[in-house]
Amino acid sequence: MRNFLLARLLQAGLVAIVVGALCFVLMRVLPGDAAMRIAAGRYGPDARIAEAAEKVRLELGLDRPLAAQFLEWLGSLLRLDLGHSLVTGSPVVHELKVQLGASVWLAASALALSLLIGPVIGLFSGLKAGGAIDRLGLAGAAIFRAIPPFVLGLMLMLVFSKQLGWLPPAGFGSPREMLLPALTLALGLAAMSSRVMRNSVAAVAKAPYFAFARYKGLPESVVVLRHGLRNAAIPVVSYTGLQAVYLVEGVVVVESLFAYPGIGHALVHAVVERDIPMVQGTALLMGLMFVVIATIVDLLTQWLDPRVRRTA
Amino acid sequence: MRTLRVLFTAVALGVTAALNPAHAAVLKVAGPWEIAGTDPAQTGYVFSRLQVAETLVTANHEGNLVPALAKQWSVSSDGLIWRFTLREDAQFHDGTPVTPQAAAASLKRALAGVGVLSQAPLGEITSQGRDVVIRLTKPFSALPAYLVHFSTIVLAPSSFDAAGKVTQIVGSGPYKVKSLTAPARLELQASGRWWGGKSAIEEVSYLAVGQGETRALMAESGEADLVFSMLPVSVNRLKANPKLDVQIATIPRTRILKVNAASPFFDQIEERQAISAAIDRAGLTKVILRNADLAATQLFPPAMKGWNSPEVQPLVRDVDKAKELLATAGWKAASDGILEKDGKRFSVTLLTYSSWPELPPIATALQAQLRQVGIEVKVSVGNSSEIPARHQDGTLEMGLISRLYSIVPDPVGTLLQDYGPGGSDWGSMGWDNKEIQSVVEQLAATSDAAARAPLQSRAVEILQRELPSIPVTWSELAIVSNKRITGVQVDPLEVNYGLSAIRWAE
Repeated sequence: MRNFLLARLLQAGLVAIVVGALCFVLMRVLPGDAAMRIAAGRYGPDARIAEAAEKVRLELGLDRPLAAQFLEWLGSLLRLDLGHSLVTGSPVVHELKVQLGASVWLAASALALSLLIGPVIGLFSGLKAGGAIDRLGLAGAAIFRAIPPFVLGLMLMLVFSKQLGWLPPAGFGSPREMLLPALTLALGLAAMSSRVMRNSVAAVAKAPYFAFARYKGLPESVVVLRHGLRNAAIPVVSYTGLQAVYLVEGVVVVESLFAYPGIGHALVHAVVERDIPMVQGTALLMGLMFVVIATIVDLLTQWLDPRVRRTA
Repeated sequence: MRTLRVLFTAVALGVTAALNPAHAAVLKVAGPWEIAGTDPAQTGYVFSRLQVAETLVTANHEGNLVPALAKQWSVSSDGLIWRFTLREDAQFHDGTPVTPQAAAASLKRALAGVGVLSQAPLGEITSQGRDVVIRLTKPFSALPAYLVHFSTIVLAPSSFDAAGKVTQIVGSGPYKVKSLTAPARLELQASGRWWGGKSAIEEVSYLAVGQGETRALMAESGEADLVFSMLPVSVNRLKANPKLDVQIATIPRTRILKVNAASPFFDQIEERQAISAAIDRAGLTKVILRNADLAATQLFPPAMKGWNSPEVQPLVRDVDKAKELLATAGWKAASDGILEKDGKRFSVTLLTYSSWPELPPIATALQAQLRQVGIEVKVSVGNSSEIPARHQDGTLEMGLISRLYSIVPDPVGTLLQDYGPGGSDWGSMGWDNKEIQSVVEQLAATSDAAARAPLQSRAVEILQRELPSIPVTWSELAIVSNKRITGVQVDPLEVNYGLSAIRWAE
């Protein structure tokens, strides 16, 4: 166990350096003048950007040698200092706290909601594969997977905000505002996880040990809970881990639609505006989150299926 | 099963209660602008529009300059020394008085930064008695108009850190900042110290909502009382809603085609006139902007009194004339219909950007319209900084841009930039016209309305004939308010949204 965590810690350090270096190189090989982009990001399209860009170039020392700039970033990183945003001027850590924090909350809510929907439908579909619930579940999954998130989001807004007046179509800060964007994401996620769960349950339901549990005369609920769920959960846990990663980094459209100040939205702005410390800080933290999520998934899988530990 | 039902009902009741908190008396405002930082040159407009911070001078809805923190101003006979006398009763939100020293310090900071002040011929900013004294290096009549700009907001000394960086906005307006969660939310509270009296609404909450469709839904669902900048496609639907009021004003912003008059495609006046004649402005505005009145028949919209001239020949569509003009300029159609001259095809790239969502669709419409007269256009949508960048390195052929003529309320400020020698980022390119330069210089030096009128007409005439930038459409600003509030007025210059005058409806 200790070795396992130590390996993961090493992996995290490696990820930090590789991600940092990659971002550094990629941001600098992008076409276009960084000072111009930063100036446009700061002062908007009505400003005299060319003149502002000269001031930006001087202020930020963008003309210094690349190696010096990279070493400086690495040095700051060792002191756990992610620097300041080139556009807003506030510390990157502060921006991440607000925006990555908001995204993590949104992702967690979406994941929790999707787990309430997907695996439950998957369980009932899988237990009677080919039955009515299974076919309905398949149709629902196909529909919700096929609708792009911004269309689904707009539909939910029309129903819950405009028609019913229950939930606000935008904003952040309270569960009331989180519900619609979380539901938009959760429906898409549940569409997939319900099918993964269904296949997994169907496989378990056909397994000899499952039949044996019934022959023993165990009540159906005990058969499903003790012998079905745990075995069927393994692929779902792995898949949910992947979904969590996708959620944190890939929800730009939903964040923009619901005016939710998440990291996806911030990262797109940062790349367009060449806000290098912000991009590096975000990528770094996301890389580390990937390692953490993978670790959690591995630990959960080991707990669910002790055979993994023995063969490892 | 019964337990389940009870449980479900309990949860449903709980959720409903949590979702519908008692109506609090907060004015909820939504707009498209994100608040990226507190530097006035960057986001001062949010704080000026929402009446947190004030400038020395402001503009009323007709565009006339009126007192704000300065109760009066005067200029020396040689036009070089301006005195702005501050009102005695103004206080910052931290309780300290608005002194000429504090105002001068704010302005000096603005002068050193990126805002408009650095573009005026400013020498020295000092304070004397109740006055802020500004010395110029040459006469410049538009100075008070420059002091309306949001980058010149006057902030309390407590707004700055030791290095002179703005760390918080401590202004003098009717509302003070309660909390700011960049980039999306700003909560305001009535300051209770404002010289202009008490505001009727105690608390205001601003939310930045980037998507136009979401903003419309915010208004329709009653989640926002006041929503700015509606998309043309939503306006009719919102007008039909009995709970909402929609107000629309033409703003001094024009979408123009910036052409490189130094390139072989646009160096002749006939070529630029032909492009203008090929554009179907009425069709464009009717379909994309849903308002045919926005067709820009000249550079400045009718709302800009003295700058919109009824005498100039309006720019209208005339495809035959366009073809004729192009033929005069020496362009002949090749076998595929695209024009050629000296073996060179009339094929150009039209660069635009998506900061304004309507620009890319307008660009593609222009592409189709120009094809009809034999001009091949490739549309390229990039970042707004590409236009100045390509202007600087001389590679821009054609750009579709949205230009604001009230960056300061006197358009002379913008004209000085745009049509001066060598042109500018958002103005002419490769077009040098000595007459307009002299006209604009004269305009900048005099504030006498009678002397300015003929100069303004002359400037408009030159721009209309020479077309260094080709006007395409004017712009409008649509504001939606809930019937829960009254007293909402649209400010076409977008200087101040007058929140302090808004009241809850009876």
